[in-house]
Amino acid sequence: MSEALVAAEAAVTGVEPVPAASGARQFWRRLRTQRAALVAAAVVALLLLVAVAAPLLTALEGQDPNSYHPALIDSARGGVPIGPFGGVSADHWLGVEPQTGRDLFARLVHGARVSLGVALAATVVQVAIGVTVGVASALGSRWVDQLLSRVTDIIVAMPLMIMALALLAIVPSSFPRPVLVALVIGLIAWGNIARIVRAQTLTLKGLDHVAAARLSGWGPVRVARRELLPGLAAPVITYAALLVPMNITVEAALSFLGVGVKPPTPSWGQMLTAADVWYQAAPQYLLLPAGALFVTVLALTVLGDGVRTALDPRAASRLRVGTGRGRGKKGQASATAPVPPAVTPTGADKSAPTEQHPTGGTAS
Amino acid sequence: MTGFGGFLLRRAVGTVITLLAISVIVYVVFYVTPGNVAQITCGPRCSPAQVHQVAEQLHLGDPLYARYGDFLQGLFTGHDYSTGTSVEHCEAPCLGLSYQTDQQVTALILTKLPVSLSLVLGAMVLWLLLGVGTGVLSAWRRGRLSERVLTAVTLAGTATPVFVIGLVLMIVVCGELRLLPFPQYVALTDDPEQWAWNLLLPWLSLALIEAATFARLTRAAMLETLAEDHIRTFRAYGVGERAVIGRHALRGAFAPVIALNANNVGSAVGGAVLTETLFGLPGIGQELVHAVKVVDLPVVVGMVLVIGFFVVLANAVADVLYAVADRRVVLA
Repeated sequence: MSEALVAAEAAVTGVEPVPAASGARQFWRRLRTQRAALVAAAVVALLLLVAVAAPLLTALEGQDPNSYHPALIDSARGGVPIGPFGGVSADHWLGVEPQTGRDLFARLVHGARVSLGVALAATVVQVAIGVTVGVASALGSRWVDQLLSRVTDIIVAMPLMIMALALLAIVPSSFPRPVLVALVIGLIAWGNIARIVRAQTLTLKGLDHVAAARLSGWGPVRVARRELLPGLAAPVITYAALLVPMNITVEAALSFLGVGVKPPTPSWGQMLTAADVWYQAAPQYLLLPAGALFVTVLALTVLGDGVRTALDPRAASRLRVGTGRGRGKKGQASATAPVPPAVTPTGADKSAPTEQHPTGGTAS
Repeated sequence: MTGFGGFLLRRAVGTVITLLAISVIVYVVFYVTPGNVAQITCGPRCSPAQVHQVAEQLHLGDPLYARYGDFLQGLFTGHDYSTGTSVEHCEAPCLGLSYQTDQQVTALILTKLPVSLSLVLGAMVLWLLLGVGTGVLSAWRRGRLSERVLTAVTLAGTATPVFVIGLVLMIVVCGELRLLPFPQYVALTDDPEQWAWNLLLPWLSLALIEAATFARLTRAAMLETLAEDHIRTFRAYGVGERAVIGRHALRGAFAPVIALNANNVGSAVGGAVLTETLFGLPGIGQELVHAVKVVDLPVVVGMVLVIGFFVVLANAVADVLYAVADRRVVLA
């Protein structure tokens, strides 16, 4: 999914004061009422289970992702798998790869590992940097704020895919590739989350309990940890939930281009690159990674939408009039813009577009 | 500085500063490479002496700030390169010479730019039409089955990577149905008709994904506008539903669509890299992927800068258009 959309949607929660996380129980109650989100959550849970249990599943099948099976491919016909449906058999549940004869099921489930692992790790890096920069910017002196905000602007202005592509070129191939891909994505795409956190922190700073803590002589670190982080949880979780599917797409795209995860480590994006010339002989070689990517990104996106609705019902259930377009620049306005009057619920659209800012997208 | 003129000036200065900062970051990051550039450029069978010679030729031993200064100077005033026997002049804006082919990077980019611009601009027309059209349609049919179908389709669209949809389109349209030949780039100036036919699938692939984003945004913006008081007034005066949706609610969606469109230029450029690679279009994206694989740093740096330039410029233009389209924007 497009990062601009993520920014557009997430900004909705970032700019209005979101009620502090209203407790895990209430969150679950609200999430449970959304059927689509529940289905998506089940799918995501299943995918995580597959990723974690990948070695177990392949052991159950009796295969591993990297063994070549030259006996299973017809070299006379250019490496086409022998047997119906691309070599599907009791030993090879989803058939084998053309040319190499590697087991497709094993590569697919190990690919889930790479895909989800890289995406989640990248999200952790993005959240860590974004929250640190955002909080420091909001609590620091004017000078610090100016500096960090400008740095954030520049980070946001860099096209993610291009920068990631280029950065991956210069690191020696001895560096573990999945870790590198996660780091690169994480280090480039934290700008929007920093903006959201900064805006939210500025709002929280004006609240009585935070002011009281500051006046009683607490240091900034203690104030941030005890009084601010709980209030930041809702927007940060919301935005992070939208970042995960985006990161999955970026990893797959980089691997598709041949600069992401390197063979023999299986990756869905990489499988797709190799698969397009074999679609007639072994259609599942193409359809499996494509389907896996589609289902994963879709489930994570729907779950992300559900999480936002559960954390901030106001963003979803009310349409607001004339909000953020009156905003100033770079998310500063949230501190100054009055909370607009809400109108009666109508179309109940989740992605109220009011906070879309012209420079809000890092773009992938 | 107040008013619109001041806003324009501040925006212009900010854009220039951002571009300079990007050039510094890109340059420093790429030239503090952990890999041995001289060895890679020279090839695996070079002797240490040859590697040393290459390093000298590329000025890899000079301090970084001096090399960046050189680079900036080349960008603004041009640069002379000695090629051993003669001196080659690289005119401003000079982005250096390719490590691999000694070709001037600026010239290389200029030969690739028309392909990428053809792809992105053509796709942009498509995704705006498709996206806004779908958004309007689903706002108009809200609450009905057709709206739910449209919403599901656009959600699926946002979840599909561009290379998956491109791959599927290529296989179905070119491979199975044989409706179109596999795309091969033909320059617009050579044959406009062939140009369009060959770009049709790349355009569609890129546009379908982006259109989904726009459909969601347009629908949301229109529903928001439809809830406003002035729309209720129009309805009370007996303005027909078609006019309310097509004229008044659409106006409310105008500013967010402009903003998102510029925002998406960066994302579209990333999508364009994938589309070019997938369809074998000889554009900037394909060349960048190639340069990345052979560690041709001047080409990588040059292309990242040029792409960054377009993205930052698009954002700046969007800011201005946004302010023009929506008078409520505070010109701060």
